[in-house]
Amino acid sequence: MAYSEKLIDHYENPRNIGSFDKTAGDVGTGLVGAPACGDVMKLQIKVGADGLIEDAKFKTFGCGSAIASSSLVTEWVKGKTIDEAEAIKNTDIARHLALPPVKIHCSVLAEDAIKAAIADYRAKAAKKDDKADAAE
Amino acid sequence: MTAITQIRRNDQPIYLDYQATTPMDPRVLEAMMPYFTHKFGNSGSRSHAYGWEAEEGTEKARAQVARLIGADEKEVIFTSGATESNNLAIRGVAEFYKDRKNHIITTVTEHKCVLDTCRHLEQQGFEVTYLPVQKDGLLDLDVLRAAITDKTVLVSVMAVNNEIGVIQPLAEIGRICREKKVFFHTDAAQAAGKIPLDVEALNVDLMSISGHKIYGPKGIGALYVRRKPRVRLVPMIVGGGQERGFRSGTLPTPLCVGLGEAAEICMKEMDAEAKRLKKLQERMLNGLRAKLTDIVVNGDLEHRIPGNLNISFAYVEGESLMMGIKNLAVSSGSACTSASLEPSYVLRALGVEEDMAHTSLRIGLGRFTTEHEVDTAVDELVRHVNKLREMSPLWEMAQEGIDIKSIEWAAH
Repeated sequence: MAYSEKLIDHYENPRNIGSFDKTAGDVGTGLVGAPACGDVMKLQIKVGADGLIEDAKFKTFGCGSAIASSSLVTEWVKGKTIDEAEAIKNTDIARHLALPPVKIHCSVLAEDAIKAAIADYRAKAAKKDDKADAAE
Repeated sequence: MTAITQIRRNDQPIYLDYQATTPMDPRVLEAMMPYFTHKFGNSGSRSHAYGWEAEEGTEKARAQVARLIGADEKEVIFTSGATESNNLAIRGVAEFYKDRKNHIITTVTEHKCVLDTCRHLEQQGFEVTYLPVQKDGLLDLDVLRAAITDKTVLVSVMAVNNEIGVIQPLAEIGRICREKKVFFHTDAAQAAGKIPLDVEALNVDLMSISGHKIYGPKGIGALYVRRKPRVRLVPMIVGGGQERGFRSGTLPTPLCVGLGEAAEICMKEMDAEAKRLKKLQERMLNGLRAKLTDIVVNGDLEHRIPGNLNISFAYVEGESLMMGIKNLAVSSGSACTSASLEPSYVLRALGVEEDMAHTSLRIGLGRFTTEHEVDTAVDELVRHVNKLREMSPLWEMAQEGIDIKSIEWAAH
């Protein structure tokens, strides 16, 4: 399959591989996909006190497009607010990497991964607030 | 002519996909050349020397192919390749005998051209039984025996599987078919020239052969059709009545000559080549096992041609691995490399879990594969599997002791 230069660059030099401590309060973790389908993405965001995403990491089991899509979104979410990160669309990812039509689902998965990571972060933050409320 | 040790240019990837196709042996090309130019006659021309010369070429080739499989030359007909041979064998028999018998038995791991031919016949009202295979990829003979009815006309079981290289118990299948008076067809595209085949000893009634899998040209194949007891076929291509009426059309003389030469070389070098490839296969597998954990060979390793390995590299998706090993030309059972986005149906038939099917590579070794190439391939594979495992969330979970099967994954 002929892939774009950008995609190959992300596959060969993936940005932000790694993991944060998923139990940390400032970390949101999204794990999406399924091994049986051939792709699983783990995307993590670390949110600063100012509400900005200060760092992001990923690990992906999947084809080159899946790896590139997740690598790309870790770059994109950094420095964004949670609401801005949530607004990233799979179509933007697909366009940027020039994904072939059969690989569009990889960009959908990457969008899902961001949303899942944000949801996880928000759930943790809400719990923290509850605890803080209870303590008062 | 001296043996050729390298056929690829240095800027080309290492070719490890010998089940897909093989490069033509230069000795084959040499034999073919005159038939493109001055020996250009139509082998059907009986009235002049051009025709006689061409006929000499095709008939010598027919005998060479016949010898490779222990057949009589009159029983070999030329086709365009194994796909046509399989179509002709199965459809030809089914249609000829349809007034008496309408049942065909095959296996789920056959090549697509056999499965599709059977589907086509089902649409026309024939009954087809698709037998499962065991975990090792081999057919259970009791299952075969139980499936044969008095309506069964043909059993079609491939000799060697194209994805996992396993060799089916042909002699036993042949014996059962002969005993039950059912024709036995075998797709020997991956077997001919690689393992000894004797249509008499194996009780094979029809056998398909491909030119380009045995270092011969593409676009030519053969079908063995038994004469005693006689197997009859309805032809699919009609016209001038060439090839005993089974397959009309002027013979492509250079291709026939190439197939014949390829068959003869395979026959002469088979034993030595099998030993050499077995060593390379072991070298490859031992090299990988020494440096990687969690790798699984798909299909039986004993009943297998030495030129094939099919390996699942757990936690690493096949297409991404192939993107990494740019210097190696292999193929994958991963869905992502197929248009259908379905993982290999052959691996699934073996009971290989979908997640493992996605991580499989087919590595094909052949006549021009060297030790150095195998060592380079091992290094590349190890490097990229490790790199991809470092970025695999599944590998991370496995290292943490999390059972991946215990997680409720949302299928997408």
